Amino acid sequence: MDHGKIEKNLGLMLVLTMFAISIGGLVEIVPLFFIKGTIEDVRNAEGIKMVRPYTPLEQRGRDIYVREGCYLCHSQMIRPFRDEAMRYGHYSLAAESQYDHPFQWGSKRTGPDLARVGKKYSNEWQVQHLIAPRSMVPESVMPNYPWLLSTALDTSDMASRMKALRTTGVPYSINKAEYDNNVKEFGEDVAKQLHIPDAQKNLIEQAQTGKYDGNPADITEMDAMVAYLQVLGTMVDFSKLDSDNFVKFR
Amino acid sequence: MSQGNSQSSNVKTTGHVWDGDLQELNNPLPAWWLWAFYVTIIFSVVYWVAYPAWPLGKGFTTGIATITYKNDKGVEKTTHWNTRALLMKDLQDARESQKKYFDMVAATPYEEIARNPELSNFVASAGKVLFADNCAACHMSGGQGKMAFAPNLTDDDWIYGGTHDKIQASITLGRHGMMPAKGGADINEGEIESLANYVLSLSGETMDAVKAKAGDELFHGKGNCIACHGADAMGNKDIGAVNLTDKIWLWADVPAQDSADKKVAVVKAVITSGLNKGVMPAWNSRLSADQIKLLTVYVHDVLGGGSKK
Repeated sequence: MDHGKIEKNLGLMLVLTMFAISIGGLVEIVPLFFIKGTIEDVRNAEGIKMVRPYTPLEQRGRDIYVREGCYLCHSQMIRPFRDEAMRYGHYSLAAESQYDHPFQWGSKRTGPDLARVGKKYSNEWQVQHLIAPRSMVPESVMPNYPWLLSTALDTSDMASRMKALRTTGVPYSINKAEYDNNVKEFGEDVAKQLHIPDAQKNLIEQAQTGKYDGNPADITEMDAMVAYLQVLGTMVDFSKLDSDNFVKFR
Repeated sequence: MSQGNSQSSNVKTTGHVWDGDLQELNNPLPAWWLWAFYVTIIFSVVYWVAYPAWPLGKGFTTGIATITYKNDKGVEKTTHWNTRALLMKDLQDARESQKKYFDMVAATPYEEIARNPELSNFVASAGKVLFADNCAACHMSGGQGKMAFAPNLTDDDWIYGGTHDKIQASITLGRHGMMPAKGGADINEGEIESLANYVLSLSGETMDAVKAKAGDELFHGKGNCIACHGADAMGNKDIGAVNLTDKIWLWADVPAQDSADKKVAVVKAVITSGLNKGVMPAWNSRLSADQIKLLTVYVHDVLGGGSKK
């Protein structure tokens, strides 16, 4: 094609420029969808998947995490460097964020990485720290989130939220066949939590029995938030795997 | 003008002409830039050969560079260069460089670590980092604790015991503070008030003598407080029942109250609702046995609150 023609036709120039630029992204990203082991298949001795989708309560907490913009200061990705391993723990696996939509990776940290914050502190600590961070960590610059404890959690739309995630590929089950498949993949206890028709019931049950915000009578946004924070990075039991188990995937 | 320019310099133009006489000079690229560009091309070819680079269907070219590391079972493995193997090697090298000290910590009995200047220096600096990363969130950066949340580790009052072994047990498996509401006894509001007066009087507070006397009887009688806190109210470290006779408070913020009534109120609150908090996570899944031993010595000797018995 005559060069002059492209230079004089803005629309054509725009389309061809975008095409040229997109090649750079496509050749880097597309092959990852085909390479085996991009997302590690992590299973325990019984062949059950260690990484599972979030329970309704945890997922609700995740939605609040995103709503409050926690990701603006906190990443959830521990890189395979010694300094990060010493401070945060085992590097993050691709498998550990395979059910995250959107993912919470990132390279900008104003606060610490949260990929393995689960079970590191007690529920009480998380509640107190979210209400008033500086009461626990004097040098913190994190804002206070006191309304989490005083706002009742809206549980009514849980099924819709899970259906939306199901369309993105998260294996929440909507019928018997999908449920049975989840039993095979994740075990029965987890499969029950992933069943969309029981979403609201499961959510309320976990919030009332979990002692997340210290008050089982009310289900607050704090319950969901703490449930979510306490599960982060805890699904893969690295003590059951060789320390170099994941080297082969890269 | 343009005519004159293109004639005076011997640079060719691109041949483009705008507005009748605007032309574009076609100067050659500077030689240094051009060579630097060629070098980057050569570098990329070397990189492709050495490191993981090109996708091939379900796999990728792994390159000829290798990394040799030892996994935690001591098995030496060689693999193509990748960041995860590189991390294994980094961690292993770091372990090697600190091995001398960690081996000494592991092999030296607790009491002797403090007497060895080289070793206690290592514990002080390595323990400080571990403490800041893992313990300071609740116990605060100097180990001074936080009222109504986490105990002070620098004083010599210990809930679960301040010996090396007890501190190590607390770190390894964690703790969970428990006290039944009203001590599990059938006591009414007035009786709780009396108990609060008695408990405060044990700590040297000047309280209502009549109520304190009644509280004394309830403490040893109907209230059955002695089951956990002991007849002398000195507590029981095996079950984490606190000593009520000292002036150290954790769950009732007595020191901050400026009147006897307020002091009674905060103690009453604890007796009335009991405790199901003071949860310390178990650290054995996050820290290695070496690190836990090091932290034990740090808490006992460097923070200075450790006891012998």
